[in-house]
Amino acid sequence: MLENFKIMWHQGKQYIPDVTTAIVPGIFRGRPVISTVKFDEAELLEICPTKAINATAIGSGDDENHTAQSLVSIDLGKCTFCGECASRFPEKIRFTKDYKISSNDRSRLIIREGDDSPIIMNSELIRKEIHRLFGKSLKLRQVSAGGDNSCEWELNASNNVQFDMSRFGIDFVASPRHADGIVITGPISENMAEPLEICYNAVPDPKIIILAGTDAISGGIFADSPAINRHFLSKYPIDLYVPGNPVHPLTFINGVLDLLRKV
Amino acid sequence: MKYIPVSNHQSVDLKLIPQLSYSEFRDVNVDLLFEAPERHCVNYFGVELDGELHLFSCIADDNSHEVNVSSTVVNPSVEYHSLTALNHNFENFEREISENFGIKYSDHPWLKPLRYPKNRFDQSSSIANHPFLRASGEELHEVGVGPIHAGIIEPGHFRFIANGEQIMHLEMQFGYQHRGIEDLFLKKRKLIERITLAENIAGDTTVGHTTAFVNLWENLSGFIPDYSLDFSRTVALELERIAIHTGDLAAICADIAYQLGNSVYGRLRTPIVNFMQEWGGNRLAKGLIRAGGINFPFTSELSLRLLEILKAFEAGFNEMSGKFFKLPSALSRMEKTGVIKYDQALEIGTVGNSAKMSGLMRDIRISHPFNLYKTAIQHTPIIKHHGDVYSRVQLRREEIWQSIGYLRTLMKSLPDSTTPPNWQLVPEPDKFIISLVEGWRGEICHCAITDSKGELEIYKIKDPSFHNWMALAQAVRNNDISDFPICNKSFNLSYCGFDL
Repeated sequence: MLENFKIMWHQGKQYIPDVTTAIVPGIFRGRPVISTVKFDEAELLEICPTKAINATAIGSGDDENHTAQSLVSIDLGKCTFCGECASRFPEKIRFTKDYKISSNDRSRLIIREGDDSPIIMNSELIRKEIHRLFGKSLKLRQVSAGGDNSCEWELNASNNVQFDMSRFGIDFVASPRHADGIVITGPISENMAEPLEICYNAVPDPKIIILAGTDAISGGIFADSPAINRHFLSKYPIDLYVPGNPVHPLTFINGVLDLLRKV
Repeated sequence: MKYIPVSNHQSVDLKLIPQLSYSEFRDVNVDLLFEAPERHCVNYFGVELDGELHLFSCIADDNSHEVNVSSTVVNPSVEYHSLTALNHNFENFEREISENFGIKYSDHPWLKPLRYPKNRFDQSSSIANHPFLRASGEELHEVGVGPIHAGIIEPGHFRFIANGEQIMHLEMQFGYQHRGIEDLFLKKRKLIERITLAENIAGDTTVGHTTAFVNLWENLSGFIPDYSLDFSRTVALELERIAIHTGDLAAICADIAYQLGNSVYGRLRTPIVNFMQEWGGNRLAKGLIRAGGINFPFTSELSLRLLEILKAFEAGFNEMSGKFFKLPSALSRMEKTGVIKYDQALEIGTVGNSAKMSGLMRDIRISHPFNLYKTAIQHTPIIKHHGDVYSRVQLRREEIWQSIGYLRTLMKSLPDSTTPPNWQLVPEPDKFIISLVEGWRGEICHCAITDSKGELEIYKIKDPSFHNWMALAQAVRNNDISDFPICNKSFNLSYCGFDL
């Protein structure tokens, strides 16, 4: 017994007191910032493994004051956070340690050139019953559909003694019957399409869908594989997109908390 | 010569691989395994070359440190005798060949679909309609679990035939995670795309699979990595081993309802994965390993930081392990539970910890050394003999100690921290190459064949789980069904690494 107390005492305080303001160690790749420095974008676009980087032409070149130029953007729903672009073109792209990169609005995951503002929820799109019903207690069923076990790993970590997500009343449960929604990881393999749908249908209404990780949001590197089937996603409303490869526990916890918060 | 011996990640001309008649091919490969237990099949696959179906067999010889490669050409409309009928090491490989190309075997004992890939030969086979073994009798019942499991875990289906609480038989059905990765390796031509694919084969083995890929790709392109690249890969592999083994110990504690162990081992993993993030910006080391370069060189500051982290980790780990490994209630759940004996391990052809738990020495770090395992680190595999849950748990504890020791050794000879240039790597034409890496689960094997233009004809991936799932199926026999979770967790095998 005394030995147990000693071990417990030696752990000290492991929990992160405030998960909304905690600073992650090292050189975490969170929300990117794209500078307005001009240069040939072709190489930048070429370097991205998932075509997450885009260049949109602005000004046609006929314009009196401007020559043809374009605005670079990164879609965090497609980005694998490999950091290749920032390593090669540090003057153009830099990843900040801002891990609060979830949104319920898919278009807000697109970071545009010169934009250094936080990613936030679109409160108009949050269904009104979500706060009332799930604000104090949210039970989630996780479905891995072709996930590579990295997002699953981090979702498990969300409830370890450090991140301790269940202190907010957010838990993962075993049965969809006990759940208020599902968290999908992976690009949705064709062989999981049907089990996923059966699981979703087993969750009582009203219910939410959270897509965790780049693979789930866009298919990631598997987006054009014939072995995946993302039909499910076009049939039901998506309540939250949590980017990452894998998602960081703090990204997930903050995303869900923002979704549940009273607007 | 009936086969050509090749070294780990050394490319050979495709035309040098002997092409035998099928019956000779069968005899040669089966005999190789029968002659010596240090030989095992690391890969056996089919590929269509110039309109013909070629089979390549790769039998590793752990004593000679070489892999014996041979090939044959088969006709899908002819029925063949299987290699599996003579040696079970080939079982899954032949199921895969049959599923992909429609090869029929007259005497394969278990010729069922393996993973229901998108491009399977028989499109009428369906994952929802798998031909499970059935047993009848008044006292027997079936328990079906999955594909979606109770926890946050990948999908797969387990079908038990039980007599009361006792498991008589377990059949596993995979394929739910199939994403068509091997085909994507051919379709996606950019190196960065292929590296990203390698990182996503199994996210818990990001370093292992990516290292197998870059070792293969560099040698296929005639590039010899410098010390700094070998160093970073070796360090990352040992960090990954510590992180996942520690997490596994936490999960095993959870499965036997030992809350203290679960919490303490769980929190001990965090500083290790956070160090990965301090080094390369990602807790699972995605973005770290690159072919022909590295974006995040290992600096002397990182080295000091790592030594500091290891010191704190070791103290906490030893204190917790001192308690856990003496706790009678924990030991009684682990000892003699889920046993695989040496002969079974040999027959199945298990690798990594699923072999070393039963006295079978399978460790690529010593048998087919790569990166710094032949130079800076003189690896001595840890071997256990009981083949039970406790052996697997002990292996993890001792491998963690060993990895900490290796990391401390490596920290004494840091590489020059300047960023090496990103070399342009161009694969050579008409080559065959095999790359073996010992990940934390065991032997990872990647194979590639290039055509006359240096483009990939095939990219073949084998996760250690490909061999080891069968060991779990055998280990749970005659155990209580309530012990299945702890058995499963003590193996901790990969679904996506199997399904690809």
